[in-house]
Amino acid sequence: MDEYDLPTWPPGTDLETAGTGETRREAPAKVTGGAVYSSDLRLPGQLYTAIARSPHPHARVRSIDADRARGLPGVVAVIGGEEGGEGVTWYEESVPLFSPVARFAGDEVAAVAATSLEAARDAVRALHVDYEVLPHVVGIDGAQGPEAPSIHGTPANRTADPKVEERGDVAAALAAAPVVIEHTYRTPTAVHNALETHGSAAWWQPDRLTIWASTQGVTQVARMTAKALGLDQSQVRVITEHVGGGFGAKQVPWKDVAIAALLSRRTGRPVRCAYDRHGENVAAGKRGATRQRVRIGADTDGHLLAIDAELVGDSGAYQTAGEAAALWGPYQGLYHCANVRTSVTYVYTNTGPAVAFRAPGYVEAAFALESAMDELARRVDVDPIELRRRNHTGIDQQQGRPWSSPDSLPLIYDRISALAGWDGRPRPAPPADDGVYRGWGFATSDWLAGKPSPPGYASVELRTDGSAEVVTTVQDIGTGTRTMLAQVAAEELQLPADEVRVTVGDTAAGPPSPTSSGSATTPTMAPAVRAAAADARRQLVEAAARQLDCPAAEVTLDHGKLVAANGDTRTVAEVLEAMSPAAVHGWGQLVEADDSVSVRTFGAAVAEVSVDTGTGEVRVTRVVSVPDCGRVLNPRLVKSQIIGGVTQGIGFALTESQVLDADLGLPVNDSLEEYLVPTVLDICPIEAEPLDRPDTVANQLGVKGIGEPPMIPVAPAIANAVFDAIGIRFHELPLTRRRVLDALAGAGPPGDGVDRRDGSGGGPA
Amino acid sequence: METTPRPGSPGSPPPSPPAPLRALTLTVNGQPHPVAVEPRRVLLDVLRRDLGLTGTKEVCEMGNCGACTVLLDDEAVYSCLVLAVECEGQAIGTVEGLARGQELSVVQEAFVACDALQCGFCTPGQILAMEAALRRRPDADEATLTGAVAGNLCRCGAYRNIVAAAHRVAASASGGAA
Repeated sequence: MDEYDLPTWPPGTDLETAGTGETRREAPAKVTGGAVYSSDLRLPGQLYTAIARSPHPHARVRSIDADRARGLPGVVAVIGGEEGGEGVTWYEESVPLFSPVARFAGDEVAAVAATSLEAARDAVRALHVDYEVLPHVVGIDGAQGPEAPSIHGTPANRTADPKVEERGDVAAALAAAPVVIEHTYRTPTAVHNALETHGSAAWWQPDRLTIWASTQGVTQVARMTAKALGLDQSQVRVITEHVGGGFGAKQVPWKDVAIAALLSRRTGRPVRCAYDRHGENVAAGKRGATRQRVRIGADTDGHLLAIDAELVGDSGAYQTAGEAAALWGPYQGLYHCANVRTSVTYVYTNTGPAVAFRAPGYVEAAFALESAMDELARRVDVDPIELRRRNHTGIDQQQGRPWSSPDSLPLIYDRISALAGWDGRPRPAPPADDGVYRGWGFATSDWLAGKPSPPGYASVELRTDGSAEVVTTVQDIGTGTRTMLAQVAAEELQLPADEVRVTVGDTAAGPPSPTSSGSATTPTMAPAVRAAAADARRQLVEAAARQLDCPAAEVTLDHGKLVAANGDTRTVAEVLEAMSPAAVHGWGQLVEADDSVSVRTFGAAVAEVSVDTGTGEVRVTRVVSVPDCGRVLNPRLVKSQIIGGVTQGIGFALTESQVLDADLGLPVNDSLEEYLVPTVLDICPIEAEPLDRPDTVANQLGVKGIGEPPMIPVAPAIANAVFDAIGIRFHELPLTRRRVLDALAGAGPPGDGVDRRDGSGGGPA
Repeated sequence: METTPRPGSPGSPPPSPPAPLRALTLTVNGQPHPVAVEPRRVLLDVLRRDLGLTGTKEVCEMGNCGACTVLLDDEAVYSCLVLAVECEGQAIGTVEGLARGQELSVVQEAFVACDALQCGFCTPGQILAMEAALRRRPDADEATLTGAVAGNLCRCGAYRNIVAAAHRVAASASGGAA
């Protein structure tokens, strides 16, 4: 059954199970140690892998001497060098799996399989790799310069020609605008650092390659691995029961999958290959740094007249598949503006490859745009939220069609103003005795996804014991997918949620499923599961009608009973037991998206901060987040997603930055000791209040995604609050103590990414 | 240009031959487990690989993240920083030993009730760190229990709900009056 053949769940529908705060169903397994992650598996005769990585950011591999490594106890196989990859190519550039040219410090050059991890690591240590060191470049500024070494032989190390989109006449509108805000903003390289590193176990048996992967997309891993290894997709089975974090970095397979598979084929044994924490920091994806030269023009009432954004992002040494970092998005779509130009360039550098990271592109662009909007509000003396209202648009100006929820943002502004107490917020006070200043900041956000990503398929089987089994291949990466799918099926079948079991995360269980990216899992899979449950219900009612000898239209399902118009009643179990086979199997799908509208997920955040002018420390003391994810299927789990996104936003704003030594070309903070993710002591009360307004244009259930959007407005809200507190506008993240102290001292060099309310100090270049 | 190779990377000093295995008995969750291990192996690895107790998670291997936290005579320790051969004669507690049958411990129940987890990979370490604080002071307050997990990273950002779980545990420890 197709979900579009079914009636919508309109706003106000009286639902029984959907919309309730069911407990996360895998929580008991996760608190007792019973949840099995791919890194927990121990297969019979399993071998362990260690990877040899280039210590140089750019080098030609002249030779690899593996004789001594091969002779060490426990070593079973060593593969490396161009021929070691057996023709497998990787990344969008299709370089050999073990590239003859290492293009970042951490690029894989060889791998060892051994009977223990210690033995594998010993053997890597015993490899002798002869490198011809080449000139390198890290950082997007240097990579575009005339002196920069060429990484892939492209002009100015660009991955492609700039992607330019323009509407109206931006130059003329800017020239005529009475108010112009112009700055260059920068965001840092941020590393996902999921706690479970990228890793997989592969078992190559004669008829099938089975991969237990830590991934956000079992179907995607099967598809891409089959392609890389020259297999049919049906020959590759991928299983993912639980995933120890992804955040975008696990939406495509990484080299661990191919290395494990090749070593398994070579040795005839199951092989596990996992990155260590160093590998996770340097070679498993990152949010690439950006430089954003932004000019916005407005009239004296704050109406936007023009936006011009010259955007450059760091691709790292290679391009990965999956979601692109859509840096242009907020500039093009968030506000009503007739004249908009964005130019986006991605640049190769001798650093680890970038990959999607929670709302890729939008998190970075929102920092710049929303900082500029806050500055504009102050320049024209309009309340920051009122300024956003004045620039609201209900249509997708790029596509010339309406948003599916055109009034989301005004409603969000109403809600967040009231929740936060925005209108009554205290005005910045004179310095307290302790030198701690307080401030409030606001930012808004849109996100191009959170919509269905077809196709999604599901089946629902009804059994004589009264239970239902939902089967889909989609994975649950810790977002609560299992729980919400169970609720949707329970709703349609009038069952208690605990009578619904859910099987996920195995490509052998059914047709392909979407990757858990783009906040697409719920809006794709919930409608598919609902359709499958409706199909099962239809078959059940028809069977009951035959048994009750009446038209199906006269039979209704009423909480476990099938009731005919004349009052005759059968239980579900009785109906099923009289059938052969004694079960009902429903199919459901969501196979196409409505192209006449643009589905977006909007949101906003208010942050309160304190800034200690003695230490430079910024502390976030409160965040209010109001995102719109359509109908809330489970408020408990949606709120968990929101607080998670806000927490990662706090890290992005204040502490997270991969620091590269330009001379050595190495990341200097490649561990969880020095790459600073937030701890429990760094966070604050977070008020998470989704709008909970079904978007029945998006799909029949009115559900949209929530995984990514809550992160987007957090960093600019914090930066705007810092300005509110101390009158210093930062154009570069993160807001470390060093950066704040330098700005307070007014001692920063020209172009230090700081503007001061009093006009002192160096402005941006 | 020369750089110092990282340990374990090509070109670093050759390894010395493995030392002979040592036989020892580890007492884990009240049960004796005879094992024979290389002396260099850490408790985390022996729990996971030799004893199959994979609830204890390996994340950083260098004491940064707390995911491998176990109880050693009721104290929380990072099992990636302790050699297995050092643990003989001590009571080792892992996440698998907390529940009694289907009945969750107070801390486990609070984590479930407060949705204090998402991907769940840090969860065993968080729970054992809080459990150790509770064993040290059965009347520990929310701040003490929250402080006990300050060394446990959660990348999903479930901290607010972990604080809520600490609140719930403290409330239950004080008879539900908190």
